Amino acid sequence: MNASPFATSARTATNRRVESVGKTVLAGVTALLILPLTAILGLLVIRGAPALSMEFLLEAPTAGMTAGGVFPAIVGTLWLVGVSLAVSAPVGIMAGIYLNEYAKANWLTRMVNLAIVNLAGVPSIVHALFGVGVFVLFLGLGTSILSASLTLAIMTLPVIIASTKEALAAVPMAFREACWTLGATRWQTIRHVVLPNSISGILTGVILQVSRAAGETAPIMFTGAAFYLPFLPQSVQDQCMALSMHLFTVSTQVPNVPEAIPYATALVLLSVVLLVNMFAIAFRTYLRRNRKW
Amino acid sequence: MDEYCIKTRGLKLFYGEFEALKGLDIRFLSGKTSALIGPSGCGKTTLLRCFNRINERYEGVRTEGEVVVQEHDIYSADTDLVELRKKVGMVFQRPNPLPLSVRDNILYGLRLHFSRKYRDASTLDEALETSLRAVHLWDDLKDSLSTEATTLSLEKQQKLCIARLLPLKPEVILMDEPCSALDPDATAKIEELLRDLAGDYSLVIVTHNMAQARRVSDECAFMLLGEVVEMRRTEDLFVSPRDQRTANYIEGRFG
Ligand SMILES: Nc1ncnc2c1ncn2[C@@H]1O[C@H](COP(=O)(O)OP(=O)(O)OP(=O)(O)O)[C@@H](O)[C@H]1O
Ligand SMILES: [Mg+2]
Repeated sequence: MNASPFATSARTATNRRVESVGKTVLAGVTALLILPLTAILGLLVIRGAPALSMEFLLEAPTAGMTAGGVFPAIVGTLWLVGVSLAVSAPVGIMAGIYLNEYAKANWLTRMVNLAIVNLAGVPSIVHALFGVGVFVLFLGLGTSILSASLTLAIMTLPVIIASTKEALAAVPMAFREACWTLGATRWQTIRHVVLPNSISGILTGVILQVSRAAGETAPIMFTGAAFYLPFLPQSVQDQCMALSMHLFTVSTQVPNVPEAIPYATALVLLSVVLLVNMFAIAFRTYLRRNRKW
Repeated sequence: MDEYCIKTRGLKLFYGEFEALKGLDIRFLSGKTSALIGPSGCGKTTLLRCFNRINERYEGVRTEGEVVVQEHDIYSADTDLVELRKKVGMVFQRPNPLPLSVRDNILYGLRLHFSRKYRDASTLDEALETSLRAVHLWDDLKDSLSTEATTLSLEKQQKLCIARLLPLKPEVILMDEPCSALDPDATAKIEELLRDLAGDYSLVIVTHNMAQARRVSDECAFMLLGEVVEMRRTEDLFVSPRDQRTANYIEGRFG
């Protein structure tokens, strides 16, 4: 009997070996990505554990920041994230809608788009200087939650605009044409069809900015975050503590801080960001499910 | 009713520098079905989209000349696009139901244009049933009015896209290759529907399928490179074309 015409040839065998090596390498690199995340989390938990307790979450720092908890910093971070997103999310989403749905491709639109791209590339320390110059001094808002949040808002705005535009552009043109042919105005089309079908993409962009706003130190350091405050902020005109700032303080500015405190603070910061994200994702799921108009 | 549902005078359309329509004078009979045929890129879609001014959405589009609908130039300054599109509906190449229920798709037009007091439940239900009956969908869908329209078969989707225009009582329905996404069976059903709708509405249909043009249309226009070569009764056009280019095209010598 002759050899099977379908027996593996030498060439095919080589191809197959290369294929399996390639796949293994790609899978390996991908798997490696889990390492940094687990390593960071593991380190924080192990090193921070001695300091973690209910009191750590619910009390103010004491003994010159070398003991006590981070409660005022948690509250401050929530203020900053909340106020900054309350400004940047609506402004950014509205601008994104305008740019994607209404703007004609003229020089003004090109300028605006260029400005947004460049704004996204501005380092956060420059945002900080801008915040001091404009909000704190020029507009006379002083060092306050408002100044710090507005600075954070300017910083997060370009990404929110860009992700909004992207989410809107992903909505098929055919949906819009369907509405127009029934005599819907641009706004009716946006309201009834475009937004319901892009809202989760838009919110994803906003959610990503939560961690950005919560994590940055430079923009809030000179505009509204304090090293230490004995009281909680009562309004946006007060200063506040913030987790990112507190982390910076206890790790570099204050001598004799027990090693566990910075790690525990970082863990709290991560958890706060994750919690806020989880709320946002739940809200997004809720919107998606209730897509009724 | 006016004898012609659409008349154009010297209609030109430019995409930037490119002249896609080169001064067309063409008329479509009221209450009849007119077909537009011609090779790819000759401007059929462009022409159709002039009639509800949906071309204007794209950058750099410029239109010259007149398009008269109901004795009125729709490119004049006092034309409201919303009102125009209520009168001149459009069906697209790919069925594009909105991602809503069957019911909401059909009633979307009414909800847009009529305030709440004109749309009590019974008016809406009546409009829903009339429209779905008109496109032969009522029996199939009357028990599943709340299904997502995008889950229907393409044939039903396309019928739904026609049905949702009807509550607005359009004068003209424009169709751009309404069957090109469908299989022959579904195509036959849509053609049957078109023959039923003719008479009640003026239909203008773009098609690549010459047999289809012959089956459904009363008049037929042959377009080439942004111009109308010839427009006559469909039978005459196919049996005894006057222009050599038309003859070549329908004999399949180019296309
Ligand atoms: N948005 C646009 N921008 C620039 N040129 C365009 C645009 N749309 C169409 N054209 C050009 O205008 C001409 C006519 O296009 P149109 O789509 O009207 O042709 P058609 O007859 O519908 O073709 P088909 O049978 O392939 O659908 C083509 O040469 C095309 O390249
Ligand atoms: Mg076309």
